[in-house]
Amino acid sequence: MARNETAPIVRAAGLTKQVSAGERTLTILDEVSLEISPGEAVAVLGASGSGKTTLLALLAGLDAPSAGSVWIDGAELSALDEDGRARLRRDRVGFVFQSFQLLPALTALENVMLPLELAGNGDARERAQALLARVGLGERLGHYPRQLSGGEQQRVAIARAFAPAPQLVFADEPTGNLDAASGEEVAALMFELNRERGATLLLATHDERLAARCGRRLRLASGRLIDDARV
Amino acid sequence: MRASEGVTGVGTAMLAWRLLLRDWRAGELRLLAVSVIVAVACLTTVAFFADRVGRTLSRQASQLLGADLVVISDHPLEATFATRAAQEGLAAATTVRFPSMLQFRNASLLVEVKAVSPGYPLRGTLRIRTKAGAPAFEPHRIPRPGTVWVDDRLLRRLDLRLGDLVRLGRRSFRVAAQLLEEPESSVGFIHLGPRLTLNEEDLPSTGLLAEGSRVNYRLLVAGTEQAVQRYRAIATEAIGPGQRVEDIGDARPEIRSALDRAERFLGLSALLAVVLAGVAVALAARRHLQRHLDGCAVMRCLGATQGLVLALHALQFAYVGFFAALLGCAVGFVCQQVLAALLAPLAAVELAPPGALPAIKGLVAGLVLLLGFGVPPLIALKRVPTLRVLRRDLGVPDRLGWSAYLLGGAAMAALILWQAQDWKLGGYVLGGVLGTIVACAALTLGAIWLLRRVTLGAGFAWRFGLANLRRRGMGSAIQVIALGLGLMALILLTLVRSDLLASWKRSLPPDAPNRFLVNIQPDQIEPVKAFLADRSLPAPTLYPMVRARLIEIDGRPVSSRDYADERAKRLVDREFNLSWANRLPPDNRIVAGRWFDAGDAGKPLVSVEEGIAQTLGMKLGDMLTYDIAGDRLQVRIASLRKVEWDSFRVNFFVVAARGVLEDYPASWVTSLYLPPQQGQVMDALVRIFPNVLVIDVASVLEQVQRMMDQVVRAVEFVFLFSLAAGVLVMLAAIAATHDERRFDAAVMRSLGARAAQLRAAQLAEFIFIGSLAGLLAGIGATLIGWVLAQKILNVPYVLNPAIWAAGLAAGGFGVTAAGMLGTRRVLRTPPMEVFRAAA
Repeated sequence: MARNETAPIVRAAGLTKQVSAGERTLTILDEVSLEISPGEAVAVLGASGSGKTTLLALLAGLDAPSAGSVWIDGAELSALDEDGRARLRRDRVGFVFQSFQLLPALTALENVMLPLELAGNGDARERAQALLARVGLGERLGHYPRQLSGGEQQRVAIARAFAPAPQLVFADEPTGNLDAASGEEVAALMFELNRERGATLLLATHDERLAARCGRRLRLASGRLIDDARV
Repeated sequence: MRASEGVTGVGTAMLAWRLLLRDWRAGELRLLAVSVIVAVACLTTVAFFADRVGRTLSRQASQLLGADLVVISDHPLEATFATRAAQEGLAAATTVRFPSMLQFRNASLLVEVKAVSPGYPLRGTLRIRTKAGAPAFEPHRIPRPGTVWVDDRLLRRLDLRLGDLVRLGRRSFRVAAQLLEEPESSVGFIHLGPRLTLNEEDLPSTGLLAEGSRVNYRLLVAGTEQAVQRYRAIATEAIGPGQRVEDIGDARPEIRSALDRAERFLGLSALLAVVLAGVAVALAARRHLQRHLDGCAVMRCLGATQGLVLALHALQFAYVGFFAALLGCAVGFVCQQVLAALLAPLAAVELAPPGALPAIKGLVAGLVLLLGFGVPPLIALKRVPTLRVLRRDLGVPDRLGWSAYLLGGAAMAALILWQAQDWKLGGYVLGGVLGTIVACAALTLGAIWLLRRVTLGAGFAWRFGLANLRRRGMGSAIQVIALGLGLMALILLTLVRSDLLASWKRSLPPDAPNRFLVNIQPDQIEPVKAFLADRSLPAPTLYPMVRARLIEIDGRPVSSRDYADERAKRLVDREFNLSWANRLPPDNRIVAGRWFDAGDAGKPLVSVEEGIAQTLGMKLGDMLTYDIAGDRLQVRIASLRKVEWDSFRVNFFVVAARGVLEDYPASWVTSLYLPPQQGQVMDALVRIFPNVLVIDVASVLEQVQRMMDQVVRAVEFVFLFSLAAGVLVMLAAIAATHDERRFDAAVMRSLGARAAQLRAAQLAEFIFIGSLAGLLAGIGATLIGWVLAQKILNVPYVLNPAIWAAGLAAGGFGVTAAGMLGTRRVLRTPPMEVFRAAA
């Protein structure tokens, strides 16, 4: 995919994350800089402990970097406070997690409605119903997460991520907890929705086959960005 | 399309409501809601019931007074008193009392005349007999004009028969009935003569109300509590010299004393309910928030601000608190109705209707408990890192630490003090609760530390079970504290129900004195003793009595004008009965100074009752000057005593050391129990010793004993209620670690542990927790029981070490059984299901 004329939706400069472990300081992410354009589908590849999840957390404003800066749609995250970053996520960002993170006390429908309700949307129910139908769970609206299989739970999570029509979707090992068949299904669905809605997808994975579906692949090793390949 | 401003204020309230309904449907809120419901139901049942019983008991006590309130005057009462009573909607009646000579044939006798108006008595009943030997009945009217009713003593002294004509002043009256029971029958030493009752219509024609005669005019009023309260204020304002207002509290210290104790017993039961309820709510709130840690992180990730997350949860708590408290009030209301219905035949009177105050109290208590225990951990929730959505290991530990319980503890302390309405009682209960918490925490952590050293050689079950305890250190301590408090409250209730109530009832046994013999002369002591011994009555203890007037306190002259308090004025105007004694009388307890020892004989020392000292402003060490038959006697206060007036034994406000009063003219007094079938013994006694006055307090005694029975039943009912709360606390405490247990068990099973091994490990854990909590609860309950008996209820307390064993057994067995039952599902759930739910 060729680079777009518009400004990058995500920009990171010199992003570094260090944690102290006893007397030593561990560098988890080391001076990572990148730009992602609207509409791109980007995979972040790397082995366990390479810093994928940390990069995602920093880009989404879920964690604060030790050094460097992140801009989302031109807004610098470090200039925003915790609540400011929450509002930015509410308006622009969707998430898909390895462990689904559905609320156990809410039904499938209510889980998808939640971000819309938090944003004060009046038509939360209709939009959530439509999305669940789109991910093939139109018949399971009233089911609780514990009544759904792993693949079904992740499809609910995908519907929830896309419900507020985000410009940007972060996915952390979205197929990591699923068997091969369900993983394949979920991945296909995620890419379809991403295309349909023209969102930007940033996906952390160690699965090369999943990464191959993305137009761009970033590779991390020991916290450093070692490759940035466009297909 | 994007609502960039997010959810609005009203929207937040509605969203919180929707989330609440979803949580409720998913079963997340049940334990919390049930805890609040039981808490509030407990509180309101007791509050409603105590409120009603309290008001009914005072009303029953009013029956002894014949009214709810009496205005007393030494001259005819101004008409405005009656007018104002009518304006307040109060029923009213009047009596006029004076001593006069009654003539029959050639004999005459000084009698207490009472002229009554229609409607008398307003409270309580009259019982009369119109033919000798005929059954007694309640007349429902006053004597007809031209007739009088007389008491037994009068009939005997004058050898009168029903139907005889007697002369009072300028008129003749026919004796129409023998008066067996009437309100205002004397308990103290106020009304001494034989009594005669007539219709007030006849009074002018007797010509006895001449100027200067000693006449006592009374206006009796009765009605709703509020109207009586209003009227009390009006009357107190309007009275002039020679007038006073009296109610049951002023008139009858022995009833007041019994009522006070009744209220304390009920209040204590309610206090324990507060403690239990608080513990259950605290546990449920903690569990609720722990289960919502993930949800909070997800919501923050989905873009909810910290303020919004906090507001949503706080609102949910407020909704739960409000509705559960409302439901609790309703349950409390129904329960107290059931209780009232159960007790109605016993009370033999209609209970006063329930007021609104207990409901309001219940609502406030429910909200305070829930918010007190819920909000601090909620604020801690704010600090849960959003990153928890990606890294589950983040942000759980120490989030719900000790500090989170400070506000809840403060809320509970406030509730305890509020419920106790008494700093001392509240303080003792609070101290006991805090002591138990500290002791439980210290001992649990200490025991866990110790176990680390000694379990190395134990089998798998004990090793793993105790390792769990260690790992959950703080959680284990909280569990032991909760169980310890719950068990302590239950044991304390059992203790209060059996030992303390029995002790109280023992203080007024069936053979408590029901007759007072007054005015026995020194030379009659031995003959009276011999007379009683001849009739197989136990030898009585006789107390000397010297009449004296208090004239100075510490050199300051004493006058009734110096006191604003009505009771103080009366006490100063009246003569005191002074006595002397070697030993401290059985119903007395020294509260300041010391009782006389052998060396004090002949020293001018006295011991003064605490209440009267307070009323008259006397202090330990003050010098009192008395006028005894014209002589001045100076004595110093060596001690202050607390007296149990409801023992019905002879007691004195002022008791001197030996060798101080013996030279003054004294008469002797005693009290004794006379079995009902031996009633005629007193007639014989009066014939032989005509100067001796016999005062019959059997009906008052019976009334007090009946009240005791009612109170015991009420406390027992409340006990059942608290039992439910105690069980709830145990369930909540076990549920508190349920999720952790589930996960641990799944891990262990996936590693190959057999269900039997896991069960054994859990058994070890529960036995340890239960026994520790039970033992601590037993010790705590014993200590609080002892303090309550000594300091609050003033009943003797016998240490009962069996309670510790009972606590240990109940704790060990009860907690283990409940725990194993509660975690049965833990072992049955397939590990993968647990992991997936926890993923």
